[in-house]
Amino acid sequence: MTPSEQLAQYIVSGITQGSIYALIALGFVTIFNVTGIINFSQGEFAVIGAFLAITVAQKVSLFRGQLPVALEWPLPLAILVGVLGAILVGMLLYRFGIQPARHASVLSQIVVTIGASIALRGMVLLAWGTDPYRLAPFTAAKPLRLFGAVITRQSLWVMGLTFVAVVGLYFFFRFTMLGKALRASSANPDAARLMGINTRRMGLVAFALSAALGALGGIVITPSIFMTYDRGLMLSLKGFVAMIMGGLTDPFGAVIGGLLLGTVESLAAGLISSGYRDAFTFVVLFLVLLLRLGGLVGRKTSQELERAGL
Amino acid sequence: MTTRIRPELFLMAALVLVLAAIPVFVHNNYRIFTLTLIGLFTLLTVGLSLVMGYAGQVSLGHATFYGMGAYLTALLSSSLGMPSWAALVASALITGLVGFVIGIPIFRLRGPYLAMATLGLNVIFILLVKNEGQITGGPSGFTNIPPLAFAGRIFDTDAEMYYLVWVIALGVLLLSLNIVNSRVGRALRAIHASEVAAETLGIDANAYKLKIFGLAAGYAGLAGALYAQTIRFISPSSFDVLVSIELVTMAAIGGLASIWGSIFGAATVVYMADIIRDWMSELLAGAPGEGEIIVFGLLLVVIMVFMPEGVTAGGVKAVRNWQARRHEHVPSRT
Repeated sequence: MTPSEQLAQYIVSGITQGSIYALIALGFVTIFNVTGIINFSQGEFAVIGAFLAITVAQKVSLFRGQLPVALEWPLPLAILVGVLGAILVGMLLYRFGIQPARHASVLSQIVVTIGASIALRGMVLLAWGTDPYRLAPFTAAKPLRLFGAVITRQSLWVMGLTFVAVVGLYFFFRFTMLGKALRASSANPDAARLMGINTRRMGLVAFALSAALGALGGIVITPSIFMTYDRGLMLSLKGFVAMIMGGLTDPFGAVIGGLLLGTVESLAAGLISSGYRDAFTFVVLFLVLLLRLGGLVGRKTSQELERAGL
Repeated sequence: MTTRIRPELFLMAALVLVLAAIPVFVHNNYRIFTLTLIGLFTLLTVGLSLVMGYAGQVSLGHATFYGMGAYLTALLSSSLGMPSWAALVASALITGLVGFVIGIPIFRLRGPYLAMATLGLNVIFILLVKNEGQITGGPSGFTNIPPLAFAGRIFDTDAEMYYLVWVIALGVLLLSLNIVNSRVGRALRAIHASEVAAETLGIDANAYKLKIFGLAAGYAGLAGALYAQTIRFISPSSFDVLVSIELVTMAAIGGLASIWGSIFGAATVVYMADIIRDWMSELLAGAPGEGEIIVFGLLLVVIMVFMPEGVTAGGVKAVRNWQARRHEHVPSRT
């Protein structure tokens, strides 16, 4: 491989990985805009979605062999199960963790979502154990080559589905009644309530939507990486960094932030040191936070920053 | 002032008597070691309570300083041949200083950003330890750490370390009680209540936060150094993000703004982890070791939602509220 081919390869795998960060960041933004909460358990949705999909798609045995499952359902059904399962978890989390704590301090809310995150991680650990799991690639065909870089079919699925999700979300927020109600509750909760929008239910919808996005990301990446029970926290952190890079409240910024973060990480891991891959994320985080609090994409009004606690 | 201190002195005296008597009656080394561990976690939790409960700042990376103290002690006394007592002192001081310096940029952040940044710190620390294997021993750990020796005496039995750790832990507890009952403590509470209001009263919020963070880091460094000299083997998994979250659990159980609660929180988590692990391995043969995090995670949620003052204070209040009300939601402490 020539250096330029290698560079192209790093960028392609960075964008693939970054798509997942983008989906998780979108979840962060959705929840934050509607409820004002940073949900640290966001990455767990990806893990839970992926594990549920694996469970119905393949022969697995849960609880250390105590519960063998051999459903072997087709892939679309497995994806649906994973997404719906994560939605259920997200809604339960909102109803029993977030909603009762909505008047608590920011510190308490952070600790609540962290607690939920490790509780979910523990549950996944108990059911699926420490083994890495993998889904079969969605389509089996030879990888493509572009500028000397190898692009697997799964990378195309990842990028394609991310694109579809972003566009779908755009239309949802812009043209559906529910999407408009969500935007109204984020723009001005009091006015939204006066218009007859149940803002509490909007919080529930936001959590469901974020869980679905996270699960989709987790499922679509699982053929490319091995999914393990402990990936959630790191995915949360990266989604959060992507969200900050995108300017906190902007869904499109979050997507760009995610893709950018994935690329930076992949380049730094390839060119500098792969052992420190995850550390680069935090270097980016510190740089963005300390140098320019408004994010890389777009500037924030002081009001928005204040809401974000900055 | 004196009326506030007096009951605490009684409590302290009772605690000293009980703790001093335990090794006379308990000869099981594992039990003594567990109690030593509780002493170390008390040290850590007291610091975290100061940061979270009094200064109102989230720290999800406190295990970083715990690990820093442990690895510094290992490096100084084993690799560089420094006397072990000097390594202990130096590790605590250096860690405190590092905490202070790291605090300078980090405390410009608030809320979730601070939480993420402290978490990030912990991740980076663990990556450093794992990747710089020639210095730190890498993922498999650092072995053969010399025991603590001072004035010709070697602290190499469980009981000796037990006494030493608890003397230090109680000393730190007293020091911290004095701090929170002093002008500094009032300033910290003011910052927690409203940073803007505190600043208009002439309190330099940032300076206070930094000093407290440095102090808490120093406590953690001390705990790490003592831990390294107690079990004489350290590996990165003892200091990772999950440990930081466990520390938050300890502080939350004891009450974030309660110095005394730290002992209760540390003891509860250490014993509960033991019990849950036993229980889980009975329920599910060969169940993986981290299973207790389910319970701790749920516990964190429940405590933060229903009793943010901690289990003891919150429990009493919850019962009282339950008896006295039937109208309006009671807003939690902010």
